[in-house]
Amino acid sequence: MSRYVRNLIIALVVLVVLYGLDVVFHGRLISPYFARIVMLSGIAITLAVSLNLINGFTGQFSIGHAGFMAVGAYSSAYFSVNYGVRLAAAMGDGTLGWIVTLLTATLIGAACAALAGLLVGVPSLRLKGDYLAIVTLGFGQIIVVFLNNIEAIGGARGYSGIPIVKSFFWIFLIAILTIVIVYNIVNSAFGRALISIREDELAAEAMGVNTTRYKVMAFVISSALAGAGGVLLAHFDGYLNPKSFEFIKSFEILIMIILGGLGSIVGSVLGAILLTILPEALRGFAQYRMVIYSLLLIILMITRPQGLLGTTDLFKKWRRRVRVRREGETEVMPATKDTAGVTQAPVKKDKA
Amino acid sequence: MSTFLQQLINGISLGAIYALIALGYTMVYGILRLINFAHGDVYMVGAFMGYYIAGGIGLRGAQMLMGNPESNVFGRMLAHGLLGGGIMQPSLITALVVMLLAMAICALLGVIIERFAYRPVRKYSRLTALITAIGVSLLLENGGQVVFGADPKFFPELFTKRNINLFGGASINTADIVVLIIAFALMVGLQLVVYRTKTGRAMRAVSFNLNSAKLMGINTDRIIAFTFALGSAMAAAAGVLVAIRIPRVDPLMGILVGLKAFVAAVLGGIGNIPGAVLGGLLIGITETMVVGYLSPTYKDAVAFAILILILLFRPSGLLGSTVQEKV
Repeated sequence: MSRYVRNLIIALVVLVVLYGLDVVFHGRLISPYFARIVMLSGIAITLAVSLNLINGFTGQFSIGHAGFMAVGAYSSAYFSVNYGVRLAAAMGDGTLGWIVTLLTATLIGAACAALAGLLVGVPSLRLKGDYLAIVTLGFGQIIVVFLNNIEAIGGARGYSGIPIVKSFFWIFLIAILTIVIVYNIVNSAFGRALISIREDELAAEAMGVNTTRYKVMAFVISSALAGAGGVLLAHFDGYLNPKSFEFIKSFEILIMIILGGLGSIVGSVLGAILLTILPEALRGFAQYRMVIYSLLLIILMITRPQGLLGTTDLFKKWRRRVRVRREGETEVMPATKDTAGVTQAPVKKDKA
Repeated sequence: MSTFLQQLINGISLGAIYALIALGYTMVYGILRLINFAHGDVYMVGAFMGYYIAGGIGLRGAQMLMGNPESNVFGRMLAHGLLGGGIMQPSLITALVVMLLAMAICALLGVIIERFAYRPVRKYSRLTALITAIGVSLLLENGGQVVFGADPKFFPELFTKRNINLFGGASINTADIVVLIIAFALMVGLQLVVYRTKTGRAMRAVSFNLNSAKLMGINTDRIIAFTFALGSAMAAAAGVLVAIRIPRVDPLMGILVGLKAFVAAVLGGIGNIPGAVLGGLLIGITETMVVGYLSPTYKDAVAFAILILILLFRPSGLLGSTVQEKV
């Protein structure tokens, strides 16, 4: 069976499963509260995995992810409110109309966020060091200031009246697409260039990797995906407030990927789910929640700086195991370098 | 003209405060190459310490700590503070005492943060240290909200303020004069410590090359702790001075001010002490000018717009020097 046919079948199965779950979620078979948390985790997954591309795999420290999310959210919301509703109505206000509208909104949100990423990335990624952290930090602040002051998108009162599309299908489609995109990037030649930049930028440059170009590309893709996450959020409650895109939001996404392990997609997904559920579970101690969070973060960094999963890729491991079983070859793990910068000795894996 | 003069006075006064905080950022960055995100929050703690030293922690809190607080002078001081307990009258001396005590407490806080959060992660990558710094920052902000209470507090008046009219219709408040004098005295003091003492020479050596400094017999751990103490004390002074100018303290006041002070440090050339002062003053003046002439709503964006411009055209900062990376 050719690879394409197989991938096509997987895609179809995923679509059908998503659609089935969507029906379940719409049929009020489960409580709206639970459904809400599941969908919010879906949005969080999109954001965390996209941030991991630049922070975890490229090793460039971005701490303004909420800013790009805000750009995507507000630009798509502006489109939906002013044109999207009419577009959907023109197409009969049915499912098809809304699919087209939402698709356009997502593309617009992602494109605007990508543009913002380009504007921020080009000046700061030319330089080595902490400059990206500094600039993304500043960018996140500027965006919030502007959102608070532009009346056309609600200003400080917030932007309301955005058409609500609370669709399980849509949210998880974007989340899965993000995972697939990031996974494929990381496992391609492009991804290897990114990882080489993370490990040693100078050496990568010496090996002929155009570091600035690759860094900017990774950053733009990461921003675009964050924008798509923002689009989901904008159409989730139909209301946006600049307050929800402040500094703390960027940190929250950052904590998700650190918790799961920088450079691990599965880790990001788990981190995103965990950090969406945790606040709900800790609702009783709302006051102490953030104190516990921050203490956990510090302790995690001291005891396990590579995150819970480190750079481990569970999916890759599983595939390797399948291959080993099928072909009977003895697997030798490549030497891996974790984020702590300690090179581990190659471990011979005996699967007898 | 009078508007310009007025904004200039306000700008210098605000800029001096940014400069004091920026010094802490720049010193720590110079030595550890670490953006100490918690620094802005140390400034907040400094302001709160000033608040409690002047006004006390209240009768109930003091009772919990030491039974009957009214029985001796320490108990009264704890409960009502220097001013509230009638131990000192509002005067410049009081302001100085409050500030020095707050500085001492924050110096200790800085050392504790360094010892228990940053030192254990120093052997890991710089990214780990950066994330730890974010964690400490969040801890101070949220811990502050729990311990101090989330709502803003009114800072007591440490000395009687009044306006002095200047030529050209502008006026200057005595608070601004005091802020300026104290801030510049502290900066000169810091300059003397760094360039005229043995410890200062050790600090410069460590910032030049940590490992070589270690080989020369410098106790680098002690020097790093000392740097944190010094920077945190400066931040605490800034906290009290801000509270003298604008008597309102809240647990989240350090976030934005801290970020702007950091921008000031980058603007001047991070790791460079005179650069931090210059950057702080420039950011302060630009910000008040924007408030005065353009629109107050965009004042928080100014510092970051400057930041992006400086990174485009002169990434090493105004007074910084580019260092070629070597293998």
